[in-house]
Amino acid sequence: MWTWLHKFASPPHAYRLLGRLAPWFGWSSLALILLATWWGLVKAPMDYQQKDAFRILYVHAPSAWMSMFTYVVMAVAAGIGLVWRIKLAHAAAAAAAPIGASFTFLALATGSIWGKPMWGTWWVWDARLTSELILLFLYLGYMALRSSFDDPQRADRASAVLAIVGVINVPIIHYSVEWWSTLHQPASVTKLDKPSIAIAMLIPLFIMIAGFQLYFGWAICRRLRGEILRRERNATWLKEIS
Amino acid sequence: MRRAAVSAAAWLVFQRDLTLAWRRWDEVAQPLIFYVVVTTLFPLATTPDLNELSKISGGVVWVAALLSSLLALESLFRSDVEDGTMEQWVLSGQPLGWLVLAKVACHWVLTGLPLVLVAPIVGTALGLPFNAWGTLVLSLLLGTATLSILGGIGAALTVGVRRGSVLLSLLVLPLAMPLLIFGARAVSMAMDGDSPAGPLQLLAAIFFLVLSLGPLAVSAAIRISVEN
Repeated sequence: MWTWLHKFASPPHAYRLLGRLAPWFGWSSLALILLATWWGLVKAPMDYQQKDAFRILYVHAPSAWMSMFTYVVMAVAAGIGLVWRIKLAHAAAAAAAPIGASFTFLALATGSIWGKPMWGTWWVWDARLTSELILLFLYLGYMALRSSFDDPQRADRASAVLAIVGVINVPIIHYSVEWWSTLHQPASVTKLDKPSIAIAMLIPLFIMIAGFQLYFGWAICRRLRGEILRRERNATWLKEIS
Repeated sequence: MRRAAVSAAAWLVFQRDLTLAWRRWDEVAQPLIFYVVVTTLFPLATTPDLNELSKISGGVVWVAALLSSLLALESLFRSDVEDGTMEQWVLSGQPLGWLVLAKVACHWVLTGLPLVLVAPIVGTALGLPFNAWGTLVLSLLLGTATLSILGGIGAALTVGVRRGSVLLSLLVLPLAMPLLIFGARAVSMAMDGDSPAGPLQLLAAIFFLVLSLGPLAVSAAIRISVEN
């Protein structure tokens, strides 16, 4: 009954499936990102306080969201690989890490660029920025641990433990603006009230987040295929199709 | 043959580590000396004025304690994994979490506790006022204990890796940053005369969280490192 699910753990099947899915993710993400860029830069109204400078929100907020999302995906994949010993799950975690690190770096960089005109400073050591920086270090540590082992199985399992231990940081980042008084703006959307941002500004934000999520889908398809190629380079099935 | 109680096994582990450390006490003293040397670097690098130094004294003592603990952690599991003792522990049928907790506890007594006891002295050398001594000692007690367990996770993951000490620091420091934030904050609040209860309670909460879940992670990491 569960064969359809078990097939996903098979590298040749996953390789084929990911190859077929990637263009769908890629083109749809490109379309949505372009739409959201136009909408956010041109059509959305100016902010009464920040004027046009707030528009960097449309890159900053989705990257920050994706940085946390990717870490959770990585930790869950690592956990599945650790518990059920599915090598493909470990490969997915390995594939996700650089994507997440890039999103984190993008969030920090765009936040810093936004902060200079708005807050008057490139950086402030408040709870949210510090915990996002810690997230970047966690990603880098994960990738460093992975690359320090010759034995791929030990690399997989050791980095899985690290990813799971580090997942505690993600709720800290999210709730940091609630628990501490910080310079960073509190949550406008992911809370139980109605959003404290105008609908006309919110819609392009949602479209951009959807675009980034689809981009993540495309990127993970491509990178996971590459991971499979690297791990299965001596396998017969690969020799047969290449 | 009756299997021994886990408390007896844990106590044996603790005693064994103490005995081994007693034979190599110079290895135990090195992190402590490093600690004192690092705290000395700061007045040389910034200013000899004690009034100005006192503002950063709590933070400097904390950072130095963090770095010295990390140095000491690299050898926590190395010799036991290399000579096969760890494999025997994994196979022994005793709960591995308790055995590693005993090992980490002994390591803390040998490396963390001396740092805590010397902290008021190096703090005073940096201009730390007397009214902050109690908070400094209490925050460092909780902090070094938590760090021993967190570092145990990192040490178990990186045992046998070449240049493992740098990687260990890279892995453990991001996890230890909240400790540093709250610990240094507690000391600076005490210096200003405010009650440091808030950060100290958070430190205690983190300590209990790490104490309860840490040994699970350490034993999982040990099993992974020993498997091959």
